[in-house]
Amino acid sequence: MTRFIIVRLLQTFVALIGISILIFVLVRVSGDPTDLFRTSSSTEEDIARIRHNLGLDKSIPEQYWIFVTDLAQGDLGESLLKRRPVTEMIVERLPNTLSLAVTSFFVSMLLALFLGILGATRRDTFWDNGVKFIAILGQALPGFWVAIMAILLFSVYWQIFPPMGTGGFMHYVLPVATMAFFLLPGMMRLVRSSMLDVLDSEYIKLARIKGLPERIIIWKHALRNALIAPLTAAGMIFAMLITGMVVTEQVFAWPGIGRLIIEALFARDFPVVQGVTLMVGAAVLLINLLVDILYAYIEPQIRYQQM
Amino acid sequence: MATTKIVDWDKLEGRARSRRIFFQWTFIVPVAVLLIVVIMAIFAPLLAPYPYDQINMTDRFMPPFFMEEGSTSHILGTDNMGRDIMSRAIYGAQISLSVAAMVIAITASIGTALGIVSGYVGGRTDAFLMRVTDISLAFPAILIALLLAASIGPGYWTVVIAISILGWAPYARLIRGEALKLREADFVAQARIIGASPIRIMLKHIFPNIMNPLIIMVTLSVGMVILTEAILSYLGAGIPPPAASWGNMVNDGRTYIDTAWWISFFPGIAIGLVVLAGNFLGDWLRDKLDPRLRQI
Repeated sequence: MTRFIIVRLLQTFVALIGISILIFVLVRVSGDPTDLFRTSSSTEEDIARIRHNLGLDKSIPEQYWIFVTDLAQGDLGESLLKRRPVTEMIVERLPNTLSLAVTSFFVSMLLALFLGILGATRRDTFWDNGVKFIAILGQALPGFWVAIMAILLFSVYWQIFPPMGTGGFMHYVLPVATMAFFLLPGMMRLVRSSMLDVLDSEYIKLARIKGLPERIIIWKHALRNALIAPLTAAGMIFAMLITGMVVTEQVFAWPGIGRLIIEALFARDFPVVQGVTLMVGAAVLLINLLVDILYAYIEPQIRYQQM
Repeated sequence: MATTKIVDWDKLEGRARSRRIFFQWTFIVPVAVLLIVVIMAIFAPLLAPYPYDQINMTDRFMPPFFMEEGSTSHILGTDNMGRDIMSRAIYGAQISLSVAAMVIAITASIGTALGIVSGYVGGRTDAFLMRVTDISLAFPAILIALLLAASIGPGYWTVVIAISILGWAPYARLIRGEALKLREADFVAQARIIGASPIRIMLKHIFPNIMNPLIIMVTLSVGMVILTEAILSYLGAGIPPPAASWGNMVNDGRTYIDTAWWISFFPGIAIGLVVLAGNFLGDWLRDKLDPRLRQI
């Protein structure tokens, strides 16, 4: 197990370097970032000064080295627009994003468990078809559009929920529903198919022969094992969560990190975009590392298989 | 419950058999929808009643024809700048389809090549490539897209590159699995014995045999690419205005949702229909060509 963790840690570290290089290259792919600051009144001297301030007059490997050492110290640079450290701006917005993300995640997971099990245990009935139908619609309709239509119905016509911003409980309803729209189809399908596999196994048959009540078989015996397979997809679910957050925060003007990156995009404030991307990218790798270790802990075979 | 088989359809040859396969709603409807969209995209200048960027300030916020104050001159109404929504939606098909075609051409080629190499060569190459694939699968494309949009500005190629940078991973994953199985097949072993080079084996013996999963994957990714393009355009990181993309059309209507719902409504329906059609066709193909691939 220790060896497994060490190998995975090293791989994550290498991946982190890979992603930092990718981000470093992508930001500079335009050739000259100073083009972004050039206005009609800027002189060559201004541009040279900006280049110097941003460290663009140094060689590429040197620039990367500075970029990485700053990163290691938690310094993501400074916003061009607000003249504030990017780290500070992220930390400020983090609680809003986390509260929405965590709420949405748990709501979606509970719904996915409930609906996935409903689909698996009542296979090919009205309920199962209903679950499949939700999954198909959820994967086809664009989340941002559904969110806007929800605003139209619930905020404009019926005026039940506020259309934007943060506040009390009511402000959470529509954003969480939108997030569930992103997360639910994938999660639900995973739970359903993995539950179907487990229900088919020998030990469930044994439990049935023993005469255990169906409720205990499903919620105690089957569910525990059925949850292992969806765990491997946790990385992908986390990626969906991030996409969903950016879109949801944008639609509902939710002052979180997703909104921050879009605002920065419009202002062409690239240190902020770069900083947020790096931070979220690192979070993605970390989550995947944790999931891998957790998975290896639950399922001992993995420790030896996937070296 | 016993059922007597009157006709054994599987044994019928020729027309009867192809009728049985192709005359299914799950095939005809998606193909029809996709064909309509392709025709819309190709003949947009002929089909659209107005140019997509024709601004008409006197006809702003006209509702669709079936509502009061609506008129048949603008069937789906007009937007905040008086542009005809139906015309823009027709032109929007061009963007969605051209992005999808380009992205799929790039990701399918790269993914297939890497997948075959990974599966056939095996060993450390395989371990390394699959690790990179895993990371790419877990990395949200939206981050790359936002970064690229901030650095080179939003546009067609930004979207294509942004989706492609990570989009090859699902192909590599799937094709690698297939190649791994084929590596052990008798005909590959025989090719090896008669001295065929690894490259020849990969190109002539493995590649033709992964066509079915590849076709299924391509079809299934049409919807995903169109959806991703729409998300990016909606966020302002995709196709910039005044070009009409379904995603940025939905965005145009966000501000006016309390007064003019139709601006956002119709492009969203277009996205939903096309993605649904692509997914259904993909499912149909999978059931016909390779039912084992239920998971993808």
